[in-house]
This record gives sequence, structure tokens and C-alpha cells, in this order.
Amino acid sequence: MRGIRRRAASGWTDLARPDGHSLQDGSRIAVIGGGPAGSMFSYFLLNMAESIDLDLNIDIYEPRHFRHRGPAGCNHCGGIVSESLLQRLATEGIHLPSHVVQRGMESYTLHMDVGTVQLSAPGLEKRIAAVYRGNGPRESEPTELISFDGYLQQMAGERGARLIHRMATGLERTADHVTIRCADGHSDTYELAVVATGINSHFVDLLCGPMVPIRRPEKTTTFICEFHLGRPLIEEILGDSMHVFLLDIPGLEFAALIPKGDFVTLCMLGDEIDDALIEHFFAAEEFRQCFPGGVVPPRACHCLPRINVSTARYPFDDRIVLIGDSGTTRLFKDGLGAAYRTAKAAARTVAFHGVSARDFEQYYWPLCRAIDVDNRIGKFVFSVSGLIQKMRFTRRAVFRMTATEQAGDSARKRMSEVLWDIFSGSAPYREILGRTLHPVYIGSLLWNLVAGNLQPPRQQAPRAESRGH
Amino acid sequence: MAGLGKVYQNGEIIVRQGETGNCMYVVQDGQVEAVDQSDDRDVVLRTLGRNDFFGEMALFEKDMRTVTIRAVGTARVLTIDRKQFLRGIHEDPSLAMRVIKTMSHRISDLTGKLGKYEQTGPADRP
Repeated sequence: MRGIRRRAASGWTDLARPDGHSLQDGSRIAVIGGGPAGSMFSYFLLNMAESIDLDLNIDIYEPRHFRHRGPAGCNHCGGIVSESLLQRLATEGIHLPSHVVQRGMESYTLHMDVGTVQLSAPGLEKRIAAVYRGNGPRESEPTELISFDGYLQQMAGERGARLIHRMATGLERTADHVTIRCADGHSDTYELAVVATGINSHFVDLLCGPMVPIRRPEKTTTFICEFHLGRPLIEEILGDSMHVFLLDIPGLEFAALIPKGDFVTLCMLGDEIDDALIEHFFAAEEFRQCFPGGVVPPRACHCLPRINVSTARYPFDDRIVLIGDSGTTRLFKDGLGAAYRTAKAAARTVAFHGVSARDFEQYYWPLCRAIDVDNRIGKFVFSVSGLIQKMRFTRRAVFRMTATEQAGDSARKRMSEVLWDIFSGSAPYREILGRTLHPVYIGSLLWNLVAGNLQPPRQQAPRAESRGH
Repeated sequence: MAGLGKVYQNGEIIVRQGETGNCMYVVQDGQVEAVDQSDDRDVVLRTLGRNDFFGEMALFEKDMRTVTIRAVGTARVLTIDRKQFLRGIHEDPSLAMRVIKTMSHRISDLTGKLGKYEQTGPADRP
């Protein structure tokens, strides 16, 4: 914060005139990127503007058509709408129709070398949505609109945002305006530029330099691929459950199989996923056993997108704000939830306060900072989780404690709740860490460390299968 | 398979009058009805459809459910946990706007009904 104030004292004061940095009737806003962050920003800002009788014009620059199948129309992501985001969207009145939701998920199935155990949602309710970010993988059947990104874009359009299918390649700023230039030579002038291009675009690089004091977030490589299995087989072998893997593979933090319509998405997160790590995981027995005959099907579509693992310093300046992945996101989880939170916080700032760096510092930056601080705690949580993954006796304890909880009818299922929130990203990492420090949790884990390693693991529940040595 | 929330069959009770609750619900598909069962008979107060919510009073106070909610035909309903909701409005108070608007409409609706009741008297009660 001190750094920001220093920067404001030197660089921003020339431009930061609060009286000249609020939007008026007829003000124009450019949103660069029509993914979830850009569409939700446009939707919420137009709603808020209407509530205060402010007439705004929003142009969304997005060269892709999310109705295309394969990489051309895809935003390269696992496509999970978390429990917390789903509940917030429902509270906002945003309903995800069944043709957008590829599958509602009611449980997680945890695969470890010591066994497999299922964690069920309260009341067996489908609380997590698996969606496509584009209109389905390459080789999928052509259908009507099924993309999550396309659906949100349509909502923003119905609210009054104008979609421009052009690739924005340049940005110039004066004290009063921002000019957006496109690859085809088109240019236009706005009072505010909202950058929602994600982390895999070069547009953010334009903002990182002497013109604007923004430093882009750090990134790491992930792996996402699709397997075509067909609806009936997916129903039979995976069901309405997200299958997660905690395996002792160096560099791998987390991997998940996400059943959708006719396809299953594999998502691998970790420290720079590469071919060797992918092959190592594909050879793992726990993964292969998820498929009939233990044979991993051929990949229908795959990509190695980058994700950010830190927050941009600083994701705003006068008349410029970075939202979604371009600005910050939650570490490894709930990227769509972070896109929603940053989009709405930026929209609130713009509608009710202004578009100067000072406005964003006061009303937008606190959310980014809170996410950043929570991510630092998240790094610690994942490092502890990594230690557990490395040691077989701790894996046995986690498995035993979870399986016992799932088999019983106790109201508090402490290990299950911790795992559920780590997998789903529904709770802040600070809260998850707090729960693991509870004396009852620690006592129970210690007991399971002893009990799980003094006797061979045994079957704890119908959905829990333990594996011997 | 692709829908969210939990499916309730025709007549199945989602919320029972007199029970304590800690969540509200949003209708995803189908219809539900709010029924007053306090006088040994069922009085249907209103019918709710897609995107409507109910049980919102439990988010603000740990009180008993004031009506029974049951499915009309097959209905799919999503739960909004109190903890998730309060965490959300702590970060973004505008998240509560739609709930407040709906509660305001319901108060307005009840005030209108009460006015009519006082004009016509208890003899004309439904």
C-alpha cells in the first residue's frame, strides 16, 4: 500500500483529477476481452448504471466466437463453476440453464494410492457445474449455444453491451481518453478501458511499461485435455462426481477428471506441467483404473494454457483497470469465481466512484489484495498438502479419517470439509487453514495417523475402497 | 443430469413450517408453492417459479420457517447456504439487493392483502 501511495505521489497525480474522472451520461467504455470477466463486468455495470439513471455505452472487443467448437472458440480452462460462485450467481438472479451446464456434480471422488473415497455434497445436491468454455471440444457434435462464455456474453448483449468481433492490439491514453486500436486498422476513443483478456494474451504486455505502472502476474503452465467416452459410459464409470487425484508425482499439485456431456475433461495443475509429467500421470494406476480395461482413451483435444499464480502489480491506473485473470485470480481454484468478484468490484467502483487510479486504489485494490494475501496462505496449504502426498503413512491417515467420516453420520466431518473446500475452492484458504488448526481436527488426524498405520487399511464405507501394499 | 440443485417430486416438501433453517433456496426449474398450515388446513399463499427464491428469512435470523414449501409437479431447487451468503454480502453488500427487493415486494403485497382484509372483514376470509 505504501508503494501505491508513493507511486500516486509521483506518477499519478498529474492525471488524477477526481472531478474529471467520473463517468457521465453517454460515457463510452471499452472492454477488451469478452470472456466471463468482461461479460460480467458489462452486465453488472449496465445494471448499476440503470439503477442510478446513468446512460453508458459499452463495447466488448472479442475476436473469437464462442459458438465455435475446438480451440478457436475455447477459453482453455477446466470449466468448473464452483459451489460458491453458483450460489452467488443464483442470488444475483443469474440462472445457468441445463443446456449450458454439461453436468451437475454432487460429489468428489478422491483417488490415492492407499484407496478411493467419495465425498458427497450435503443432501446429495448438485452444487457444482461442469461447463464448456467454448462450444465443445474438437470432434464434438455441432449444437446450439452451450458455452458458458457465450451464455454470459449473450446476457451482456441483452443488457445493452455491443459486441465487436475485432482483435484489439493497441492502447493509447491521454488525460481524458483512451484510444483502442485494432489489428484491422479500426480505432475508437473511450473514457475507460477495461482489460479482461486473460493471461494468455499479449494485450496485457502493452500495459506493462513506462506508460502505465502495471506489472503482469506470474504464470505457470497447466495441461487440459478432453477424452471422448460418450454419455452412457461416462454415466456408468464416473457418474455425477468429479474425480480428483492426490498422487506422489513431483511437480503435480492436483489433477481432476471432470465428466461433461459426451466428453471427460482432464485438468492437471502444478509447477510447470510438461510432457514428462503428463506421461508420468498417464501411467499412474489410479488414473488408468478410471477407464474401462485400465486403458486411457486417445485425446480428442488438448492444450497447455498458462494460469497466473500471483496478482498484477498494480492492476489499474487512470482510466484503465485489469479484471479477471489479467488482474488476479485465486491460486489453482475457482478462477471463474475470481473473475466474477473482480468484475463486480470494478463495476461498483466505476459506477459509484470514478475511473481514476485513486478510485481503483480505494475501492478495487482491496479485493485484489485480499485475494493475493489469501493466495499466499493457499501456497502454504498446498505445500502441506504436497507433503501429505509425498508420505504414504500420512496419505493413509487422510484416507482413513475421510472414509470414517463419510461412513458415519456425524454432523461435523472435519477432514471431508477441508478436502471439499480445497477441491472446490468454495472457501478462502485462510478459513481452510484455520479449520486445520482446530484441536479436534489435529487430535483426530493424530489418532488416524496411529490407527491407519498400525493395522492394514480396511474397507470403511460402500464408496470407500482401500488398497493394500 | 445436467441440471443443478436437487429434484423434488410433486407434493414433496422442501421446507416444513415450524422447522428451523439455515439456508434459502432458488428455484432452478419447475414450480413450488408456499402453504400456510397453521389452522389445520392448507392455504396456498403464492406459487413460485424459475429464479424465484424462498426461505430467505433464515439467512438473517435463526427463526422457524413461517410457511411450508412444496413442489408443484417436478421441481429443481438450489440451496443458498447462510455462510456463503453472508460471506458474499460481507465482501459485496450489493449481493443482497435482489433479496431486499423481493422482500420489499412481498411486504407490499402483504400490505395490500391486509388492507383488503380489513375492508372486507374476517367473514370473507378465504
